[in-house]
Amino acid sequence: MTGLLHAVFAPGFFASAPVHLALLTGGVAALVSGVVGTFAVLRGQSYAGHALADISVTGGSGSYLIGVSPLLGFAGVGVLAAAVMDMIGIRRPRGRDLATGIVRGAGLGLAALFLFWDTTHTSTTGVAVSVLFGSMFTLSPTVVPLVIACGAAALAIVAVLQRPLLLSSASPDLAAARGIPVRAVGLACLVAIALAVSLAALTIGTILSTALLVGPAATAMRLTRRPGRATVAAALIGVAVTWLGILLAYDSFTWPPRHGGWPVSFFVVALTLAAYVLAQLAGRRPAGRSFAGRGSGGRGSGGRGSGGRAFAGREPAVPPPGPAQPAELGRARAAEFRMER
Amino acid sequence: MMNAWIVGTMVAVVAGVVGFFVVMRGSAFAADAVPQGAFAGAAGASLIGVSTLVGLSVFALVGALGIGLLGRRGRHDVATALTLVTMLGLGALFLSFTTQYSAEIFELLFGQILGISASEILPVALLGLLCIAAIAVCYRPLLLSSLAPEAGEARGVRAARVELLFLVILAIATSMTLPVVGALLIFSLMIGPPAAARSLTARPGRAMALSVVIAVALTWAAIAASYGTDWPVGFFVGTGGAVCYAGGRLWAVRSAARRRRGTSPIEEVATAGAA
Repeated sequence: MTGLLHAVFAPGFFASAPVHLALLTGGVAALVSGVVGTFAVLRGQSYAGHALADISVTGGSGSYLIGVSPLLGFAGVGVLAAAVMDMIGIRRPRGRDLATGIVRGAGLGLAALFLFWDTTHTSTTGVAVSVLFGSMFTLSPTVVPLVIACGAAALAIVAVLQRPLLLSSASPDLAAARGIPVRAVGLACLVAIALAVSLAALTIGTILSTALLVGPAATAMRLTRRPGRATVAAALIGVAVTWLGILLAYDSFTWPPRHGGWPVSFFVVALTLAAYVLAQLAGRRPAGRSFAGRGSGGRGSGGRGSGGRAFAGREPAVPPPGPAQPAELGRARAAEFRMER
Repeated sequence: MMNAWIVGTMVAVVAGVVGFFVVMRGSAFAADAVPQGAFAGAAGASLIGVSTLVGLSVFALVGALGIGLLGRRGRHDVATALTLVTMLGLGALFLSFTTQYSAEIFELLFGQILGISASEILPVALLGLLCIAAIAVCYRPLLLSSLAPEAGEARGVRAARVELLFLVILAIATSMTLPVVGALLIFSLMIGPPAAARSLTARPGRAMALSVVIAVALTWAAIAASYGTDWPVGFFVGTGGAVCYAGGRLWAVRSAARRRRGTSPIEEVATAGAA
């Protein structure tokens, strides 16, 4: 029995302080990314999430340069970039991707310069690797309060704006007709994504934080159509995947080819992908198939625009406001979730 | 130095041409993901000891096919993100196996055009020609399915097939440009100049030519500035691309204000996409 236990949890796993810290920060990052990621995927903003993660390299590398906490750099630059993306103010998915890309290119240009200065002017040669691929086992305990604060802020934004976010994701026109400030809600969502992404960037690395943002959320949406359930499922999947990844990485210290261990990022990504593929296989039901034809036109985001227009046609008959959930909202959600399949 | 100018020019021409379609099709995420994922291939190639170009090409192609095939079922941006992340996860694994130092990783990610050798010119030139030839052959279907997918379908242009073809072209362009400007910044060269060109003119042919001109000018300026200051080329290309785009947008806004009437359909598409 002990032998089996030792085979699964390598000796020292529960006693090691770096592992505790990694489990805590990784868990928080995964939880927040899962919840926020559901909205990112729902709104077709996976790319914005990825770009914000990349751009936070600028903050991470800059923070080494002026000597502040990397997380502060990550989060600060992330929020700033979110504001710039929104300022360019591109609504249609196609153009929005373009604006995201432009901001990302400029951000990475600066990152290249900062990293260059990091490597030449100071003697911190490992910065590029540590910023890009993360350093879960070498975190310092002082980041914990910051991690929790950022996570709480992102969760609070999403919790407060849940209804308007869902409605404005499903049908911007309908949301605007109801007096929801669609643009402000969108900006708030981007800020939440930026915060979540900077957390994940700190734990599994900037590039791979996309995995925690998109993977669990996309998997959860394969399993359920309800936004509430999908959010919870995404958070659970994210935390499970991260903890398993940490466990495997810890175990892998004795694996070939080299006694240095395999990277945590690799395990987290591999597990995320496995979960997604499993969910896709499990979720392939006859009901979902009829919509596959619609989604297969190449660009998934194109379908959303036409859905919005369909609602816009019905818009003049302003639905009576009431405490009960309006039928339109229900239909909008259903339409939105069917788009996933 | 001469090598840097030659290779830089070739890369800029290809990026200008391919980038035009990236912008027209709105596939910025794919154009971003393929180079970044291909970077993992370079790490893998150095692990098993084959040429970096082989590793890059294989991973770029696999990535492009992954995006194209996964994207047919389910959401496109999710498929792209998952493909990218998988390749990067492999890249992290490969990097942990090798004993390479971070300077080399930095080079692969951000490029080192000034250190290019004469023997590297020929493969880059061949891949570049292949790319341009492929675009030339498929020019009309590509353009049609980018501008009006429905009309394209009606004429028998299969959108999914064109998308896959375009992703493969993107993969080839990636593997030639990656060692030069680096994984993270190829993308700036493919997005900034074409986006600016599209704001400046309404005609597809003219926009493509203009995009090439801007890309070449940007690359030359970046090489010269990098040579002068010793700062990374990627910095100048990245920020320069954004400046080009901002300039193009400004010009478009001003000229649109000047003449309110008589816009051609493509310009309407362009401004609507930008607004």
